[in-house]
Amino acid sequence: MNKILLLLFVVVRRDLVLAMRRRADVLTTLIFFVMVVSLFPLGVGPESDMLRKMAPGVLWVSALLASMLSLGRLFSADHLDGTLEQMLLAPQPLSVLVLGKMVAHWMVSGLPLVLMTPVLGLQFDMPLEAVGVLMLSLLLGTPVLSMIGAIGAALTLGLRGGGVLLSLLVLPLCIPVLIFGTGAVGAATSGMSYSSHLSLLGALLVLAVAFTPWVTAQALRISME
Amino acid sequence: MFYPLAGKLVPWFAVSSAILFAVGMYLGFVVAPTDATQGEFYRIIYIHVPASILSMFLYLVMAGYAALGLVFNTRLSSMMASAMAPTGALFAFIALWTGALWGKPMWGTWWVWDARLTSELILLFLYLGFISLHASIDDPRRADRASALLAIVGSVNVPIIYFSVKWWNTLHQGSTIKFTGTSMQITMQHAMFTMLAACWLYAVAVVLSRVRSIILERERHTKWVAELPEVAL
Repeated sequence: MNKILLLLFVVVRRDLVLAMRRRADVLTTLIFFVMVVSLFPLGVGPESDMLRKMAPGVLWVSALLASMLSLGRLFSADHLDGTLEQMLLAPQPLSVLVLGKMVAHWMVSGLPLVLMTPVLGLQFDMPLEAVGVLMLSLLLGTPVLSMIGAIGAALTLGLRGGGVLLSLLVLPLCIPVLIFGTGAVGAATSGMSYSSHLSLLGALLVLAVAFTPWVTAQALRISME
Repeated sequence: MFYPLAGKLVPWFAVSSAILFAVGMYLGFVVAPTDATQGEFYRIIYIHVPASILSMFLYLVMAGYAALGLVFNTRLSSMMASAMAPTGALFAFIALWTGALWGKPMWGTWWVWDARLTSELILLFLYLGFISLHASIDDPRRADRASALLAIVGSVNVPIIYFSVKWWNTLHQGSTIKFTGTSMQITMQHAMFTMLAACWLYAVAVVLSRVRSIILERERHTKWVAELPEVAL
């Protein structure tokens, strides 16, 4: 057990170190997120009533798109320099290695979005409580996006036009996360209990942690053979 | 071998499907009475309902075949799965299209974000994802296995998506439109089942003839294909 945790830690640290060596990549995702969110008021007009209503959906959809953007890089660099093949051959379970890469991907591309949310929420004039719920829902939901996305990234590894194809495959599968995520905020703003939505998001997260690393490992084996 | 058997079966399924289509259309559009509340517009359900049933069912069958192909490494199952995808997508599209045509006079709008409509749309997206993943991988074996994995993940996700969409809709507003077929008249039922059977047979015929082309395409270097009368010409 300890060995597996140690392995997970090593993989996460390796990917984080790699990401910190190329900080621009990390920042692009975040900047993309902020930009897309800021485009919506310009597109639909500055009435604060409407913006307040739209905010959870806009932020969630933008987070979804931003996480799609960085998914292509999840395995491609390791694939190009041969690290991925070594990982497949390694005696350690591949699904744990994959889980480590997912966690690192989320810390690089999901967590910054969550931390950025309050500022953007204020831009949309959201009430403070709703901002808190939005952050919680993103905190629970963005890891699921990274994990589902990893399946798509593994399946489309090394394909022509992989980026667009990846979003085509992954976006429909992400719909439940989007629904529960925005639903929690919607319930909070209308004064209802939002705990059920967050529980469902948590359930999705648990399911994703249990199954997606294994599925992704299978997908990698298919893509690499 | 499967190829000649499928070749013999295709005309039978095609002809019986055509006959049932004609009978079903006649029953549905001429014999069946006009609906009391919906007028003549309701008749579109004779196409809409079979199409949507088949689109959902074909996805499950496709995922089943894909799983068989992935687990037992049988090439034919994977070929069947990839032959089914376009037909399934077609039915999903027809279901959405006829649904829109029916919705306009009934609900006064082409589209509502009703749970069923939304999940049917997502189903269409899943089909398109399967087809495009299969199309963009050059190596057929990798294409089969990758898209099989996608189909399985999709079929696990379908219930989650369905329920999430359903709850999403009911949480926003009570479902105002319900379509229950409990008080259906007998002729209407007959017409409906005939059309459903016709669509079934059509799907089988099309899938079989498509899988024949896929077999020919993949096995084009083998001897038995070269010796086939239609190829040897």
